Amino acid sequence: MLYREVGQYKSNYAADMAVFPILQDRIGIIVILLIAYVVFPLIGNNFLLNTILIPFLIFSLAAIGLNLLTGYTGLLSLGTGAFMGVGAYACLKLTTIFPHVNILVWILVSGFFSSAIGVLFGLPSLRIKGFYLAVATLAAQFFLEWCFIRIPWLYNNSVSGAIEVPLRTFIGIPITGPTATSTTRYFAVLTIVVLMTWVASNIVHGRIGRMWMSVRDMDLAAELIGIRLFRAKLLAFAVSSFYCGVAGAMMVFLWYGGAEAEVFAIDQSFLVLFMVIIGGLGTLIGSFFGSALIYILPIGLRLIPANFGVPIRPAAAEQLTFVIVGALIIVFLVVEPNGLARLWQIGKQKLRVWPFPY
Amino acid sequence: MHILYQIFVDPFMQMVHAPDLLMQTLWDGLVGGVLYSLIALGFVLIFKASGVFNFAQGIMVVFAALTLVGLHEHGIPAFVALGLTVLVMLVLAFAVERLMLRPLVNQSEIILFMATFGLTYFLIGFGQLVFGGNPKVMIAQDLYLPSGAIEWKGNFGFVSLQKIDIAAVIIASIMVAVLAVFFQRTRIGRALRAVADSHQAALSVGISLEQIWVIVWFAAGVVALTTGIMWGARSEVSFSLQIIALKALPVLILGGFTSIPGAIVGGLIIGIGEKLGEFYWGPLLGGGIENWLAYVIALGFLVFRPQGLFGEKIIERI
Repeated sequence: MLYREVGQYKSNYAADMAVFPILQDRIGIIVILLIAYVVFPLIGNNFLLNTILIPFLIFSLAAIGLNLLTGYTGLLSLGTGAFMGVGAYACLKLTTIFPHVNILVWILVSGFFSSAIGVLFGLPSLRIKGFYLAVATLAAQFFLEWCFIRIPWLYNNSVSGAIEVPLRTFIGIPITGPTATSTTRYFAVLTIVVLMTWVASNIVHGRIGRMWMSVRDMDLAAELIGIRLFRAKLLAFAVSSFYCGVAGAMMVFLWYGGAEAEVFAIDQSFLVLFMVIIGGLGTLIGSFFGSALIYILPIGLRLIPANFGVPIRPAAAEQLTFVIVGALIIVFLVVEPNGLARLWQIGKQKLRVWPFPY
Repeated sequence: MHILYQIFVDPFMQMVHAPDLLMQTLWDGLVGGVLYSLIALGFVLIFKASGVFNFAQGIMVVFAALTLVGLHEHGIPAFVALGLTVLVMLVLAFAVERLMLRPLVNQSEIILFMATFGLTYFLIGFGQLVFGGNPKVMIAQDLYLPSGAIEWKGNFGFVSLQKIDIAAVIIASIMVAVLAVFFQRTRIGRALRAVADSHQAALSVGISLEQIWVIVWFAAGVVALTTGIMWGARSEVSFSLQIIALKALPVLILGGFTSIPGAIVGGLIIGIGEKLGEFYWGPLLGGGIENWLAYVIALGFLVFRPQGLFGEKIIERI
């Protein structure tokens, strides 16, 4: 009823290849963008923007990055946290050496450094597959983490050993540093995430995306039909690390405002992997769903006992959150192994024929 | 030139000049390696029988040790607590099979891997909720585990051996031997090997997969309990053990996911390699290289043998 493509004919190739071929989808995306750009900043307080929306968007971007590698190309990686770290540290070094260039430029450029490191650690993927590769990427994770702690040059020799985000402005408005408001940071994050999601969507819908997917489905067969595995896999590592690097740079510069190496520890890698799998492997929208569920759910769970006046120790609440999240992950996987994106698809399908059963 | 000397000559000179230090490092590495092997053994047991990459093995070690100590704290005698802990691991095995493996049967590997992540989170939260999150002291005395150290004097100097380490090595060897006999000689062991070879063929000759899974998860639980006791007695029972348990992963790729001898040899290589590396080459890089050296060693091996040292040869077909 709500959702039907009846009467919407595609009369040229451009329409056939469009990312949103159906009118309702286009309206939907415009509404979502309007809400994100206008409604949230208007009604949002500091808590909503800083604790929920900014991290949600940043994690979504990281999840998209990992999804390009794991979901689209089928290469399992546990080094996401470290690649995010490379982005953050590269951004810090760049803005320290060239303080007059716009910080947003450096946030995007730092992704290239992450890319380079990602390609380097992606080299074993040509010989190693599956879980063996996952463990190989752990080498990247632990080695880079060690570098972040042991090489003082990376964090500008600061005494605390942490990244201290300097004040940077854009047309006179502070974007990063202690004086930046959450609204400006939110706009910066939102714009970068929207742009990069759009680029990612074009990549995966085009030749490169199809190449990756054929590698995922069966790399031997892909090679036989003329896909160069070497290029395809390394390109996946490069693009994926680029996204993770930008997400990492945003995380430190536009969210935390300062961070230690521990932020990029292995837990972060696992968290992003959770998001990708719960959201749905090989779907971009799934990255957003997964990020929303995995990041916002624990916050919500922590708020519930406080709001209902249930007396519970903070430590116990934390532990209970672990239990519930763990159980929910299993439940979600049992209910729908293909992730939330698949549920969304089923929901849309149901809406198309509603109120009839089929 | 100087740096080359420091990398390629100096460490070996040190080894020759101070053989007692070398022996001590080797022994420390050996003991660490045995414990890595034990965790890897739990992984391999489960991976062989159900194809699940059980990320929760590390937390199962912590959970088992925590249950044991926690029960003892509530005034239950040590050996009764040990028995009860084994029972808890059995219940866990049943629960995992019924609630997690059975509904997820025939799903892709990564989904099952993810589910064990969920299990990890669950066990972390549950363990802390029931027994508290503070580090605990293992009840080594009550279990008649030896403490203290003996000094072994040879013609090269003397090496100090912790008695608990010796006990760990002996108990680990016994357990591996028992598992080997169990796999080779018993009816259930044969069934386990059949399942490892082919799920479908095993089903067709009337082996119950569900039953096998419970047995395997239970065996992995018992291995986890043993590891937890040993490791807990060496340091303490805390959730930081879980990070160390990640070291079992390079052991696994070194040995191959499906090989029990591989897990043991891999564990020893990683344990000894990382101690030697840390002791002799670590200072050159500013120390702390223990954290990633294991992974890099494993990565080096992998590039030449993608299926691990003892893994089955990977044959790919279109």
